[in-house]
Amino acid sequence: MNYTLDFTPVIEGMPNLLTACLGTFVLAICGMLLATVIGIGGVVLRTSKIKALRWLVIGFVEIIRNTPFLVQIFFIYFALPLAGLRLDPTPTAIIALGINGGAYAIEIIRGGVQSISKGQVEAGLALGLHKAQVFRLIVLKPALRAIFPSLTSQFVLLTLTTSIASAISAYELTSVSQRIESDSFRSFEVYFTVTAFYLVISWLMMRLFAFFSARYFAYPVK
Amino acid sequence: MGQDEFLFLLMGLKWTVALSVVGFVCGCIAGLGIALARTCGSRPVETVVSGYIAIFQGTPLLMQLFVVYYGLALIGIKVDAWVAVSVGLTLHASAYLGEIWRGAIEAVPKGQTEASKALALSYVSRMKDVVLPQALRISLPATIGFLVQLIKGTSLASIVGFTELTRAGNIISNQIFQPLTVFGIVGILYFIMCCPLTIYGAHLERKFAASAR
Repeated sequence: MNYTLDFTPVIEGMPNLLTACLGTFVLAICGMLLATVIGIGGVVLRTSKIKALRWLVIGFVEIIRNTPFLVQIFFIYFALPLAGLRLDPTPTAIIALGINGGAYAIEIIRGGVQSISKGQVEAGLALGLHKAQVFRLIVLKPALRAIFPSLTSQFVLLTLTTSIASAISAYELTSVSQRIESDSFRSFEVYFTVTAFYLVISWLMMRLFAFFSARYFAYPVK
Repeated sequence: MGQDEFLFLLMGLKWTVALSVVGFVCGCIAGLGIALARTCGSRPVETVVSGYIAIFQGTPLLMQLFVVYYGLALIGIKVDAWVAVSVGLTLHASAYLGEIWRGAIEAVPKGQTEASKALALSYVSRMKDVVLPQALRISLPATIGFLVQLIKGTSLASIVGFTELTRAGNIISNQIFQPLTVFGIVGILYFIMCCPLTIYGAHLERKFAASAR
């Protein structure tokens, strides 16, 4: 065989690929924010006094964690219009990523919240803090601090999962690279380069989380 | 959705199971090699292996499948889509399992290794009879967790063009225009495969946590 590698289409498509990296970042960051909101909300419901709510959250978490993201995104893609919500693929992908990441976030954050001892909460209430203040300052922040490493790896995974959003042609790196590939037939060259891009993206995400951790959770424990 | 469509989905399910089994078994074998190389004590080998792991953990599985799929064709190996996907899943699994088992091997108390060295056990015997059985026990919940990841990961073979469960669902959904029913059923089928494993993994984790106390 005499195949010669030809990276010309990749170089020509470089501006498109780089902008698509931004698309991937937007998907990932928005997905993470939504996942965090769902995660915190889910934990609140999961610890509620109403049994039905607790089971609802457990069911949600198990369904999401035991089915592939690809099937979830297809389902959501077709379900949203039926629910009267006509969205472009990109917002749809963000919702799917948020729901998927949220289910994992619920489990992770719950572990952190459980590690907060009851005495802390009681002490906070005794000092006259409002219930919401106790939750935010005494439960949530130390809990997030405790589980931040697991949350980081889960969110890096979420960043990598954005590539699956190409299946509904959301705007991100994989779908743009597929377009370049189908125009040029330089499949290996394109995907090899894009794989390297993803490596950089996930590294950047990890740096970003390390920065956050140093910025917000650097206070001494004892 | 009629009986024929459901049978078509079950055909896809068969391939999903096959891919998962092949990926997991081959991934276990390769992953064991990765884990052993990662803990062998030789600096250059460990650096290379941790680079391998970092690459597979830092890139999407979908891209790995694409690169392997087109890469194999490039070096002149003409294979079916399912072989290419199996190779991709194997490499992916080997990196993740290698990292899981590295942690488990390092979690085995150092005294165990030192004692077996003092008893003049060979490397093979030390690993096979002393360290790995304990490491396997420690790593079991995480390993099962990864198996669930892998089963879900096989759905990406559909994007490469291999007809497993998800792609079967796509085809049926395009035929009968009931995407919600079809993907609902596809989701349930995945759930039936993964949920018992998840429950078993959580059960083991609780059991080990209780016995460690």
